[in-house]
Amino acid sequence: MIRFQKVFRAYGKNLALRDVTLHVRKAEFVFLTGHSGAGKSTILRLIYADQLPTQGEVRISGFRTDTLSNRDIAKLRRRLGIVFQDFRLLTDRTTEENIAFALEVTGSRRSIIGPKVTRVLTQVGLIQKAQQYPNELSGGEQQRVAIARALVNDPFVILADEPTGNLDERATRGIFQLLRDINANGTAVVMATHNLELVRQTHYRSVELQDGVIVFDSAVDEQLEETVR
Amino acid sequence: MNLAIREALLTFRRWPALSLLSITTIAFALFVVGLFALVALNLRNTLRSIEERVEIVMYLTRGTPIEIATVAIEDIEAFPEVASVVYITEEEALLRASEELVEFQGIFSELETNPLPASLEVQLLPGFRNTESAQVVAERLSGFAFAEDIRYGQDWVEKLDRLRRVAGIVGLLIGGAFALASVIIIGTTIRMSVLQRAHEISIMRLVGATDGFVRRPFLVEGGLKGALGGLAAVGLNFAAFYTINRTLFEVSFFSFGQAALIVLFGLALGLIASATSVGRHLRKV
Repeated sequence: MIRFQKVFRAYGKNLALRDVTLHVRKAEFVFLTGHSGAGKSTILRLIYADQLPTQGEVRISGFRTDTLSNRDIAKLRRRLGIVFQDFRLLTDRTTEENIAFALEVTGSRRSIIGPKVTRVLTQVGLIQKAQQYPNELSGGEQQRVAIARALVNDPFVILADEPTGNLDERATRGIFQLLRDINANGTAVVMATHNLELVRQTHYRSVELQDGVIVFDSAVDEQLEETVR
Repeated sequence: MNLAIREALLTFRRWPALSLLSITTIAFALFVVGLFALVALNLRNTLRSIEERVEIVMYLTRGTPIEIATVAIEDIEAFPEVASVVYITEEEALLRASEELVEFQGIFSELETNPLPASLEVQLLPGFRNTESAQVVAERLSGFAFAEDIRYGQDWVEKLDRLRRVAGIVGLLIGGAFALASVIIIGTTIRMSVLQRAHEISIMRLVGATDGFVRRPFLVEGGLKGALGGLAAVGLNFAAFYTINRTLFEVSFFSFGQAALIVLFGLALGLIASATSVGRHLRKV
């Protein structure tokens, strides 16, 4: 589904990613961990084709991102759900309008938009706050709106870049549970995080990066352990 | 498209001061263009009325029989440049002179013989009332054996021609400069709008909006601002026209089509400026 093959990504003289080979399967939950600047966000940006590899190839559903036209990149992003630490909501629009916006830009019909928005708002538990503006919501609620927006186009993967980075412990638990529920319904989740507590709580795959290099991948290491056994 | 229009209108509601400032700036830029167009229009009208008076006069050798002159008139009227030919007899010439030159009326009445020759006044067709055509026709007329002298006010016809050419060039230059200034002003205001909405644009792109989709509301906004600016400019021009007409001298205003052209010009400038601004921003991000 998502495949990195010997990927290098340079910013000027600095290498943000070095020889990264990674395969994310359908409906998988993958944690990307590592210190700041380790390359977690770069991996996510390469997936949603905000950046292209300097060397190597990134394939999403079989398509190489470096061969996609701008229009194809837009189409690809409609099949991904992207969530950020800073929520990236439109502050002058209500919860409902923020979510509907993601459908409007893809040219969805009005008759479809209403029911879809209601569905995801129910899913993230914010149906009562549909008419409120982002500044009237708590951080956790704002992140739920961002997740609802990411979900509304029925993506095959949610890319979450430090989604709990700005949240307190309680809100973090709530958001994490929400992402787990989404994953349980068959949507893959790739989540970059500093929060190792969350990683330890579950048995999801975790990939650790250090200075742009994958230094640990639980999937590979488990496989290795099994082979050794 | 509906969404693009809604988004563009939302911009006006969200940032009314900036939108008003943009429209005012565009209106003033186009007002200057319009003012120049108004000057050019009135200059053209004046030149046209002067041109109407361009005629060639062929003085006939004394004693030229009227029959020969009549045959010549038919020949001259067949020239492609000629609208009409009028035969002025010696008596008519004297009468006209005494009427026009009132101060010499006494001298005219005391004349024993009429010193003025008969003549043919040749009117040119519109489009041929210029130096070149007048010269060509005058040369052809000089071929007639009874042509004593041919006058067509060569000097002032040439001056008129020169004035028209200069007015045309100056008009193009100043009009072009102001049009360019308008594009820059509109481009800047749209750029401000683009920068103000950079966050929104980045979200649009993240959720899968195509560049065309991102561009559309800005094009509508730019076009609308340009057209509204154009409309306001027509209003300002009308106010200027009205004031000049009331206080200074009589001038003419644009026809409905010409006024619509200014609005369309504003619209086109708005579209060009926004397409450039958004395109530049999209290439950067």
